[in-house]
Amino acid sequence: MKQQAAVLGVGQTRHRSKRTDVSMAGLCREAADRAVADAGLTLADIDAVVVGKAPDLFEGVMMPELYLADALGAVGKPLLRVHTAGSVGGATGNVAASLVQAGVHRRVLALAWEKQSESNAMWALSINPPFSMPVGAGAGGYFAPHIRAYIRRSGAPSHIGALVAVKDRRNGALNPFAHLQQGDITLEKVQASPMLWDPVRYDETCPSSDGACAVVIGDAPAAAEAPGPVAWIRATSMRSEPTMFAGKDHVNPAAGRDCVAALWRQAGITDPINEIDVAEIYVPFSWYEPMWLENLGFAAPGEGWRLTEAGETAIGGRIPVNPSGGVLSSNPIGASGLLRFAESALQVMGKGGEHQVPGARVALGHAYGGGSQFFSMWVVASTPS
Amino acid sequence: MTQPATAPLRAPLDIEFDYTRSLGPVLSQFMAALAQRRILGARGADGRVHAPPFEYDPVTAEPPGDLLPVGPEGTVVSWSWMPEPLAGQPLAVPFAWALIRLDGADTALLHAVDAGSAAAMRTGLRVRPRWSAARTGSIRDIACFEPSGGPAVPDDPGTAEAADGMTVTPVRLHYMHTASPGEGFYLRGLAERRLLGQRCGVCGQVYVPPRGTCPADGVPTHEEVELSPSGTVTTFCIVNVGYPGQRVTPPYVAAAILLDGADIAFGHLVLGCDPSEVRMGMRVRAVWGDEGVSHFEPNGEADAPYESYERFM
Repeated sequence: MKQQAAVLGVGQTRHRSKRTDVSMAGLCREAADRAVADAGLTLADIDAVVVGKAPDLFEGVMMPELYLADALGAVGKPLLRVHTAGSVGGATGNVAASLVQAGVHRRVLALAWEKQSESNAMWALSINPPFSMPVGAGAGGYFAPHIRAYIRRSGAPSHIGALVAVKDRRNGALNPFAHLQQGDITLEKVQASPMLWDPVRYDETCPSSDGACAVVIGDAPAAAEAPGPVAWIRATSMRSEPTMFAGKDHVNPAAGRDCVAALWRQAGITDPINEIDVAEIYVPFSWYEPMWLENLGFAAPGEGWRLTEAGETAIGGRIPVNPSGGVLSSNPIGASGLLRFAESALQVMGKGGEHQVPGARVALGHAYGGGSQFFSMWVVASTPS
Repeated sequence: MTQPATAPLRAPLDIEFDYTRSLGPVLSQFMAALAQRRILGARGADGRVHAPPFEYDPVTAEPPGDLLPVGPEGTVVSWSWMPEPLAGQPLAVPFAWALIRLDGADTALLHAVDAGSAAAMRTGLRVRPRWSAARTGSIRDIACFEPSGGPAVPDDPGTAEAADGMTVTPVRLHYMHTASPGEGFYLRGLAERRLLGQRCGVCGQVYVPPRGTCPADGVPTHEEVELSPSGTVTTFCIVNVGYPGQRVTPPYVAAAILLDGADIAFGHLVLGCDPSEVRMGMRVRAVWGDEGVSHFEPNGEADAPYESYERFM
């Protein structure tokens, strides 16, 4: 039988464009120290460590699990690495949760990070093997055509993407850890920003960040010993599909629909928009908010943008999305998925600070990666299931 | 499995990037000291001295206190001979990779030893550092180690740049890319100015370029299909962004093109009109160049109805 598991503590760095004052190990340790302190623990209390980061060319570090053993206090303990492209942070949280749910370990540290300042992700994503057409242009070049397809399919007005950017950046200004602090951003500024990958503008795109995130996940006895509120993990789910296959729906991927169907079933949720109080969703380009609202079943296909346009995804709306500012405000790629999971936990712990959604009791954490082919999600709540 | 009738196509793939590393407080001290021709170690909670220093104690996971000088001479703990040095290695002549325990340290440091010949190398050999003349705060400030008993080297203070807590890690990867049989079939078709695909025997979908296997069903694909050089732009973006190593100069239209008769779109360039004129549903045809299809251009036909390509997005 599955054991109850809960998030006991959350830690993250202040995300920035450059953290040249620390090594990668130092950056990770900062988040780990904050997470164990938040849980009222020390690294010595941790039974196992699970780490995740973006693909190796992103920062040129192979086998980070060897390099980080000392920094994470993992010497003599199990140390695992998870690897699912951009969704890796979410998958790292889910793997750590499974080690507790399975009764293997009592307290597990999950950690993910990225130092984008040491590398160039767009270069790493645009390697052209021989005999292939060199039209690739990073993640933006990959996702922009799918965004255009969404706009055509849904009939969404053209300003929806800019609305999401304004909302997420203003939310980010409420979050002291967010990279971009743009509390005064306006729709006009977003719409006047340069067109990078038409139809995606500069202000509708995530930044490049250095940052790390860590969570401590423990079993029910560990949760009982925690000094503060915990976030109970009601359900976890992961799915994948090929990057490209005939019939793949790039706008509304089947793997995402299957993943969330399993998640809601496990969590006993039948009416997501009314049962989920807040969602932290992986939105690296602003238009992905309405796209994922549909993929996740918060809105019918073609209707997600209406929630955004009506302000229902802002704090105080029917389904607040990314009160932390989301990936649009901070994007340490490897950590971005775990940040979604961690921020969803903070909400149900009531520790969201200025970006707390009042009364949040059940929250969704979501991440996706690759060519919309890896999905990882969890539901956390203020009470156990 | 039978041998393919034609040898597979192969071509080099060279990837390189200079990663910039911030060293953090401990390794910054270690590197800055190297520029001053000093080697530092760290004492752990168990009393052992680690050189190079640890960032976090492997026993307690705590950062070290003050670093302490070790060496500069040391003893070879173990070694391996490098008979044919590779580009970028510390020495251009045959040398030893050695684990060297510096005097005063309990752990070993990996570096090169210029011993002249493998016969001169042995575990227990006493070695000393040979410093680089121009030092920048890098492990390369030690050019290599050399046997301590050799002729004394002139004491050249050289130059030392102020270390800034950063170092560059160049990564150079050299692959030989071999085309799969499916890819080779497609490429040989291009050489004859034909667009060839394959149909999956399970789902019946036509893939171009062919994969050799169906990504949805996981079965080999054998049935060959020749496709029209005309197709439809299902969706696209206009790339205005540059990046290192980019081979097409922005702005350009990166389009998903569904060839007539195919069941999956592929990415290609659309030229022959202003980027602002490209639209979903635009009908295009392949334009042949020296290496297959150089790009697609409008073929003058009326736009395809949305319903005809909607399910391929």
